[in-house]
Amino acid sequence: MSATFVGMPPFPTAARQALADTQLRHNLAHATGTIRAKRAKVVGEVEHWEDLRLAGAAVKARALADLETNLVRLEESLTAQGATVHWARDAAEACEVVARVARSHDVDEVVKVKSMATQEIELNEALQAQGIAAWETDLAELIVQLGDDLPSHILVPAIHRNRAEIREIFRSKMSAAGKPAPDDLTDEPAVLAGAARQHLREKFLRAKVAVSGANFAVAETGTLVVVESEGNGRMCLTLPEVLISVVGIEKVVPTFAELDPLLRLLPRSSTGERMNPYTSMWTGVTPGDGPQEVHVVLVDNGRTRALADEVGRQALRCIRCSACLNVCPVYERTGGHAYGSVYPGPIGAILNPLMRGQGDPQVDSLPYASSLCGACFEVCPVRIDIPEVLVHLRSKVVDAHREDRVPKAEAVAMKGTAWAFTDARRLAAGERLSGLAGRVLTRVGKARLPGGRATAGRLPGPGAAWTGARDLPAPPRESFRAWWRRTDGGRAEGPEQSEQKGGE
Amino acid sequence: MVEERAQRVSRGPAREEILGRVRAALADVSPEDRATPAPTPPPGAHLEGDALLERFVERVEDYKATVRRCAPEDLAATVAEALAPLGEGARAVVPSGLDLAVPGAVSDDALTSYDLDGIEAVVTAARVGIAETGTIVLDHGPDQGRRAISLVPDLHVCIVRTDQVVADVPDAVAGLDPTRAMTWISGPSATSDIELDRVEGVHGPRTLHVVLVG
Repeated sequence: MSATFVGMPPFPTAARQALADTQLRHNLAHATGTIRAKRAKVVGEVEHWEDLRLAGAAVKARALADLETNLVRLEESLTAQGATVHWARDAAEACEVVARVARSHDVDEVVKVKSMATQEIELNEALQAQGIAAWETDLAELIVQLGDDLPSHILVPAIHRNRAEIREIFRSKMSAAGKPAPDDLTDEPAVLAGAARQHLREKFLRAKVAVSGANFAVAETGTLVVVESEGNGRMCLTLPEVLISVVGIEKVVPTFAELDPLLRLLPRSSTGERMNPYTSMWTGVTPGDGPQEVHVVLVDNGRTRALADEVGRQALRCIRCSACLNVCPVYERTGGHAYGSVYPGPIGAILNPLMRGQGDPQVDSLPYASSLCGACFEVCPVRIDIPEVLVHLRSKVVDAHREDRVPKAEAVAMKGTAWAFTDARRLAAGERLSGLAGRVLTRVGKARLPGGRATAGRLPGPGAAWTGARDLPAPPRESFRAWWRRTDGGRAEGPEQSEQKGGE
Repeated sequence: MVEERAQRVSRGPAREEILGRVRAALADVSPEDRATPAPTPPPGAHLEGDALLERFVERVEDYKATVRRCAPEDLAATVAEALAPLGEGARAVVPSGLDLAVPGAVSDDALTSYDLDGIEAVVTAARVGIAETGTIVLDHGPDQGRRAISLVPDLHVCIVRTDQVVADVPDAVAGLDPTRAMTWISGPSATSDIELDRVEGVHGPRTLHVVLVG
């Protein structure tokens, strides 16, 4: 029971399929609308929200600017507090570390706290291949795992499912994974949460090894922080004997005091609460309390590639709140699966290309999955200028395809335009042609823009990609240069003018 | 011990390569930009006296937790009142450092997770209360006990002294000891994973009673 994003089609194709799913669109509109209103209310309560965002951005920017020092310091602090630190260059290396530790304790299962890093490295699949079952314990992750589904949101991976669908998944799938759902299961969220409590309790009580991520890792003290709601995190971080935390290297925060702006920003941006129900902090091994064997795996897996991009490195400030998903007009309509990654939405549209580079058609399509409206930047608690990075990444995608054997239609069009625009005679010829097209269209075309101007309808060939989602106004019948010649720059109005409406 | 520590740090090729990549990636960053001082975040909410305590009570109740206020001499009776709905014979774990007569008290004598799962309630003190966010921070000192005891039982009675309540998150962070294991609690366990509708009561204690004493 493990689905992966491998082989997902590029965004436009996947988005078209998602848009046809009316149930999905209904579920998403309802859920994102709810969370947007909650966020706006609690953010409005904070007097200095903008200053808080600046402080949050500054903390993360400062941590990244001196990342080597901070990582070495984190390793020292953790080690001094009894934790074992591992380093993993890529997903395979990180999975191998976790599997090795689990195997050394002879377990065939681990319990998991929801973690984006372990999703990203596809840890569950890697452990499964070694005969170790990884049980997701966050409610939404459980829904995704039982349903053999893919996550579609950073915070609420099952946001695409409504209560009726969740009830069906619990009824049909829980028994194969452990304690079955009760017979009288309804689709009330409280009843469904109760079923998850019963189902997972036996797993928490017997688990020997737990796997978590971390929201923050404090270099100065070696403190790891997990922010959660349900208490599944506390269960995993407290009851088992062994704890393995998989932490991206960008999670580091220089000092404990600097958790302050972040802990004020994250819950309000994320779940729209003043504070999330539970935040756990632990520093290595606490004698007599919780796991007595603590491992921390520091993962690169593309983060240093993102760090090397001077414009894009700000994306590593991300604290995974998912506010940008909830406000994005594109995400709200297509949902998360269309992005083909565990990181969907606006942040995914920049993180994936930054971490994985250019060349894969699916990844290359992501910087275009945006209208550049800027709502994501406005809500981002650490002020990641997502539109700026999107535009920057579009230029990188274009650059990466300059040497392609079969050039893109866009590149051909741009070349043709350059050829025409660099010579006055060619330009004049082009203008005559477009003027002719304008005359014909105004006469035969039926489609009109508001205001009465004719539109070109659907263009043939590669041009159809443009007109498929846009109105192309009919070209003016007379170019500016022709008008200037005819009227002597407007000093001698001719009869031609009166026929034309809304041109130039 | 030193040897053991040295062994724990795996200075393998992955570590050197990652740190090398980080160095190369940041080659354009000047030494001044690297040494930026920590920012001064804006102040949190400013609250004092009765307003502070009222805000704390209001915000804790907002999470659907129950708050009782009492004088120090009424503490034992107030805690007993919070436990009363569990009925006769209900048991409550009481950490060794909490000097309070609790009905049905069980001391944490190496209780296993399964033992804790069979106990109805837990009574603990707290380290700090945050008014603006309605949060209680446990740092698991002797009057709060290890983390598991305030997690597995289904009802948590948490005693907060009025002099422990601070206005906002920055005040709390400034006074905490980062080397201690900590749990920040804001209401009973909850989830918004189904249609982003908040539901109280998942894996952590489904009922939270806060007793504000003093």
